[in-house]
Amino acid sequence: MARLSAENVELAREIIGRYPRSRSALIPLLHLAQEQDGWVSEEAMVHIAELLDLTPAEVLGTASFYEMFKREPVGRYLLNVCTNISCLLLGGEELLEHCSARLGVPVGGTTPDGLFSLEEVECVAACTEAPAVQVNYRYFPEVTPESADQLLDDLAAGRLDEVVPPHGTLSRVRPPTPTRWAGRGREGLAIPPGGVRP
Amino acid sequence: MADDVTTESAAPATVAVTIDGTTFDAKPGELVIAAAERAGVYIPRFCWHPRMSSVGMCRMCLVEVDTGRGPALQPSCMIEVADGMVVETASDKARQAQDGVLEFLLVNHPLDCPVCDKGGECPLQDQTVAFGPGESRMVEEKRHFEKPIAISELVALDRERCILCDRCTRFASEVAGDPLITFIGRGNTTQVNTFPDDPFSSYFSGNTVQICPVGALTATPYRFKARPWDLEQVESTCTTCSVGCRIAVQSSSDRVVRHLGVDVDPVNWGWLCDKGRFGFEATNSDDRLTSPLVAGPAGAGLVETSWSVALDRAVEGLTAEGGSVAVIGGARLTNEDAYAWSKLARVALGTDSVDAQLGDGLPAPFVLGLPRATIDEACEADVLVLLAPDLKEELPVLHLRLRDAITNHGLQVIELATTDTSMTSLAAVSLRYRPGDAASAVRTLLDASAESDPSWAQARQLLSGGSVVCVLGRPSLAEAADSVVAAADLLLTELSAVTFLPALRRGNVLGALELGLAPGMLPGRVTLDDGRDWFTRAWGELPAVPGLDTAGILAAAADGRIQGLVLLGSDPLADFPDRELARRAIEGAGFVVAVDCFLNDSSRQADVVLPAATSGEKDGTTTNIEGRISRVQQKVTPPGTARADWIIAVELADRLGIDLGFDSLGAIWAEIERLAPSFSGVTRARLSGPEALAGILPDPIGPPADRPGPLRHHPVPHQVSVPPVDAYALRLVSGRRLYDAGVGVARAPHLAGLAPGAPLLVNPYDLDRLGVADGETVRVTSRTARLDAVAAADVGVPRGVAVMAFNQPGPGAAELIDIADPVTDVLVETR
Amino acid sequence: MTVSDVAPIVSARRDDPAALTIDGYLASGGYEGLRAALARTPAEVLDEVKAAQLLGRGGAGFPAGQKWGFLPPGKTPYYLVVNGDESEPGTCKDRVLLERDPHQLVEGVLICAYAIGAAQAFIYIRGEMPLAHERVLTAVAEAYERGLAGRNIDGTDFSVDVVVHWGAGAYIVGEETALIESLEGRRGMPRLKPPYFPAAIGLYQQPTVVNNVETLSNLPWILRHGAAAFTALGTEKAHGTRLFAISGHVRRPGVYEVEYGTTTFRDVIYDERYAGGLGDGRELKAFIPGGASAPWLFPEHLDLPLDPSVVGPAGSMLGSGAIVVMDDTTDVVKAALRLVRFYAHESCGKCTPCREGTTWLATILSRIVRGGGKADDLELMLDVADNISPPPFPRAGWADRGIEPIAFPYRRTTICDLGPSVVSPLRSAIERFRPEFDAYLALALDPARTGVPVEVNRGR
Ligand SMILES: Cc1cc2nc3c(=O)[nH]c(=O)nc-3n(C[C@H](O)[C@H](O)[C@H](O)COP(=O)(O)O)c2cc1C
Ligand code: SF4
Ligand code: FES
Repeated sequence: MARLSAENVELAREIIGRYPRSRSALIPLLHLAQEQDGWVSEEAMVHIAELLDLTPAEVLGTASFYEMFKREPVGRYLLNVCTNISCLLLGGEELLEHCSARLGVPVGGTTPDGLFSLEEVECVAACTEAPAVQVNYRYFPEVTPESADQLLDDLAAGRLDEVVPPHGTLSRVRPPTPTRWAGRGREGLAIPPGGVRP
Repeated sequence: MADDVTTESAAPATVAVTIDGTTFDAKPGELVIAAAERAGVYIPRFCWHPRMSSVGMCRMCLVEVDTGRGPALQPSCMIEVADGMVVETASDKARQAQDGVLEFLLVNHPLDCPVCDKGGECPLQDQTVAFGPGESRMVEEKRHFEKPIAISELVALDRERCILCDRCTRFASEVAGDPLITFIGRGNTTQVNTFPDDPFSSYFSGNTVQICPVGALTATPYRFKARPWDLEQVESTCTTCSVGCRIAVQSSSDRVVRHLGVDVDPVNWGWLCDKGRFGFEATNSDDRLTSPLVAGPAGAGLVETSWSVALDRAVEGLTAEGGSVAVIGGARLTNEDAYAWSKLARVALGTDSVDAQLGDGLPAPFVLGLPRATIDEACEADVLVLLAPDLKEELPVLHLRLRDAITNHGLQVIELATTDTSMTSLAAVSLRYRPGDAASAVRTLLDASAESDPSWAQARQLLSGGSVVCVLGRPSLAEAADSVVAAADLLLTELSAVTFLPALRRGNVLGALELGLAPGMLPGRVTLDDGRDWFTRAWGELPAVPGLDTAGILAAAADGRIQGLVLLGSDPLADFPDRELARRAIEGAGFVVAVDCFLNDSSRQADVVLPAATSGEKDGTTTNIEGRISRVQQKVTPPGTARADWIIAVELADRLGIDLGFDSLGAIWAEIERLAPSFSGVTRARLSGPEALAGILPDPIGPPADRPGPLRHHPVPHQVSVPPVDAYALRLVSGRRLYDAGVGVARAPHLAGLAPGAPLLVNPYDLDRLGVADGETVRVTSRTARLDAVAAADVGVPRGVAVMAFNQPGPGAAELIDIADPVTDVLVETR
Repeated sequence: MTVSDVAPIVSARRDDPAALTIDGYLASGGYEGLRAALARTPAEVLDEVKAAQLLGRGGAGFPAGQKWGFLPPGKTPYYLVVNGDESEPGTCKDRVLLERDPHQLVEGVLICAYAIGAAQAFIYIRGEMPLAHERVLTAVAEAYERGLAGRNIDGTDFSVDVVVHWGAGAYIVGEETALIESLEGRRGMPRLKPPYFPAAIGLYQQPTVVNNVETLSNLPWILRHGAAAFTALGTEKAHGTRLFAISGHVRRPGVYEVEYGTTTFRDVIYDERYAGGLGDGRELKAFIPGGASAPWLFPEHLDLPLDPSVVGPAGSMLGSGAIVVMDDTTDVVKAALRLVRFYAHESCGKCTPCREGTTWLATILSRIVRGGGKADDLELMLDVADNISPPPFPRAGWADRGIEPIAFPYRRTTICDLGPSVVSPLRSAIERFRPEFDAYLALALDPARTGVPVEVNRGR
């Protein structure tokens, strides 16, 4: 939808400052845009390109490589059902079908009210809690069709607002500012091989 | 997956490698694929390109490599040769791998070869025939994309044919520095594309078409024009600008249909700019002059006539007032043409007022007398000083070479500029000076005691050690040449070993100057005075005193002191920095003869117009910025009765009762080699031998002792006085853009729309101060003229400066400039 | 059974919420490893880690100390990149360490940074793990606050910045060179090794150490207790302990820390202290011993010890420490298809054989599962597989049939191991359970069915 807000530009500059080369901030800035708008719009990519001195094409090239960056709007809640091997063995596919039927949208679709998008995803590192579901990347372990219904109801009713922020928000902890100390770790600084002796 | 890291050790001079059973010496650091090729073994490849970094991703070049630990499949485009290495390129395992890759590549390839431009010259097609499997084992439907989409005005992309070799995308980011195309998506659905609505508008986009190993990228000007097997080709040199890129000129049915870059080491590495690549379209234009024209009865305009009538009229007009004739132009000519005209002017027209430059270059004795550097020397210098126009706009492939040297080989560039250029972000230091103050900028740079900010100090530090090459040209046409000369003189005085690469733009401008199309200069880098004896013996009587340069000629013509004006492929009304003076000159001249390929603003007012042949239509040689001489070759017949300029010179001389002494190109070259000192030893035999494929540099030792020269420029450090800055005015900078209003662009249908126009670029702070909004139309007033322009904010423009591109469609900078002024100040006001 | 009772090394605090705060962590001996390190020279710390012979826990199992020793002297700055991109199917052990004991990782990072003289350390965490981000960020912030990170760490003149970075969803980014590309803000496409071994040419073309989260989480313990204590655990070639995630058809799926090398597959799958065996009346059909990329093992391999130097020659690998158990209800054709689809989906697209081959295999196999198989499809798939990973492909032995094991690793026509990994599930399933494939192929011969369903592969 939009370029980064003034406040986010501020934050973006701080993020850029963490890295020896500004381009390293590209993925964090795309997350920032997604946190702001819920998805990554073309305007946001153009703005990020300006901030990092890249072309919009370079930003798109990177953004489009990664699954998490949504270049079209998605629902407030992104429901990711894992069907990879461990979840498959314990009913992940059936769970996905159930969610699709319950929400009335095909896999990859968004409900008309804009509340839910449903995705089949690869292993989310919750194999010992299969079948696993993530909502906006918050884990829900050992989900059954029944508990899935409950989960969707709770989400729709706002009962999980504390636990599940809207799509786009990942970490709610901001990194310590400033993390940098006088730039000594910056590229180009020769640190003696073997490190610095106390 | 054992991680191990090779450690560096002292490299031997050669390493012994065995490829397919034959052992030979390879160069350390060389890639197996390249070494094999030198040894006569061609390893198939798609992604590898010798002029770009290896990515090893198509996997077509897999071979078995054994470095003592047993044979293993390795991509030969990523592996460097090592002593004792044994390579099998066609073992069962290697063949199996290559066949497998080829099958994978064809799995999603549409195989629409019969309707593909690349059909017949397609590496994928060739490999399939050479190595490939018989028929497809895939029954599933192939990947689908919308068929060709335009990714720019010049290039179309068919993503179904694309094999994702990363050549075009690598070229765009690594070589051109225009990363406007990229891989999008991931895995099997990856595609190459641009950002939505942000086209691949790179000056170098055509190269991607040439290096695409399939028919995914096609050039709009070539699409469906010809099939490869119908093409005929000759090798030639591009004369669009003076870098001297080698090209293959291809024709079908006697029409040029394509230019391809030819890879020569010292110059263009196979690259071309799009103007050089697609400019041939103008050659094919219906607007070409096909027969001579003469001014009809009053008001009737120009009417077609025969050569004999036209030549008679020309001679009649030019001799009417005997002696007051001048020739402007000649940079479009071949060396042979230029020699013929140089001789014609001196011995038949009796004038030394000849000038191939249009007040936009540097004085000929100065340029020709500078110690010259080659492009390679510039790239390999420890420090490069840049005092030149924006090279990407004017000498695009030189920009690519320098960009490569900077990004891949650590060349340190000190840029002296009046505004940001394409080099600014690449330079080690980019220093700003106010237009007109180039010499004082150089003085500050060289003066260790001068106090200045850190970037000047850094530049000074860089200059303090190692070899220095200076790329020298006119940064702005609104700044007089003298300030550049004074700056160079300072460099010459202070840095004894500095050498220069002249950044003069027009096709064969350096050849023309070297062959005497400059006042006071004779062929072979000698002055009229130094060469007088030598040439008088060969040519006969020469003009007594040096003639006028173009500014002088135009001023004289405006005052009626010059009656006869020959425009030798030149258009002063468009190209001379001071349009008002050009206008008065053409009106004031009693008689104007134009020799040209097209009618232009100036030749439309001529009394006689003679149609000339252009590149691709004539043989000869050309000289690039380095002084490198290379051959241009004819591929197609000139339109109508158009002919080479040297023939026109001979015919005019003939009618003036003078025998120029030659009737063939061979005879002209023999005379040049015999008479023009700097060409001595460059025989015609050498020029057609293999040595000449990359061009021949004149012998640096200089001509035999019996000849005059060599010319040396002796620096005379001097002050340039520039008027003080008026707080209300902005100082104008005007340079050229690649695409302009010139005929070469305007008559090439696919380039014509690319001229960007000429907004007045101003620092946002100044715009604010003037109360002008970004995008607002303003009134721009100089000492001599007033015009309307659109103001645009540009942070790359320093405060106090205004930038307006030269020769764009519509009224422009040339209206504002007075050639007599050292700088041009303008007032900018809201209307 | 020989389940040892050694105390856990890396998962000791996993159930102690107090360890999430720096005070709780310090109270349980936290940052003592770092202090022990700072009391010595970096070279001595490096020697200690070398002596511990700590094998990488990310998949390749390369000794950490030896890898650090490859950094070319003088070519500074060096960087440290922590691989927390855990996404190999079946694997969820790094997540436990990130979410439950973040300070232990931070301490490990600081020790490594000290030993190698890193100019800056980056902890790259998988994008889909916001809780891990929050916990690690908090830990890093606390460490800064207490002077244990940043400038003059713990009062010494050792300084290093630790930056927490996260990904955005791409399995391939777990591969170390792709991780570096991604950290540079690019598409996560692997670089060819050689020449791009991170230790030689890594982040920003500088020498870089990439280590897995679990690998580095071992360092505080090693520095506190010494290399000798570490090598006292495990076998001659596999020291210390290791985390294994056991999932699938077991009673108590979970992440368990076991002594390395001495424990067997049977122990971790069946012992009550671990996964507790399969469901009632169920039998083991096959298991994946080291993440989806590992060739499968079968019941007769249960007594192999969890020792890479034994499992490798036996035809598979311990990889990322993920054991996926399949009982006799498993449709192995569908299981194989799901994994083949995974590799097709996650191929970065750089190498032709991987980009085209994985998708081609997925298309054929899904056509088979949908009942459109053709008689020669299996041979075709195996042939396509050979063009991604030239034969012989590693496999477990099958004594009953006189089939000998073929040792790991696999060969490849690709840059990285993702491509050949697709072959593991495919070949494992076809070679062992061919009749099940034949049954699917027979569906297509059913005269009641018409036509071959075609999967359309559309780019956008
Ligand atoms: C396709 C592929 C995926 C990988 N994924 C991961 C991963 O998610 N986490 C990880 O630590 N290592 C992963 N690796 C291994 C890394 O390349 C690298 O070997 C490891 O991070 C080194 O750390 P270590 O020596 O501490 O194990 C992967 C390798 C490949 C080929
Ligand atoms: S093998 Fe596959 S994932 Fe690995 S680099 Fe090649 S294409 Fe990418
Ligand atoms: S040419 Fe070597 S991998 Fe493409």
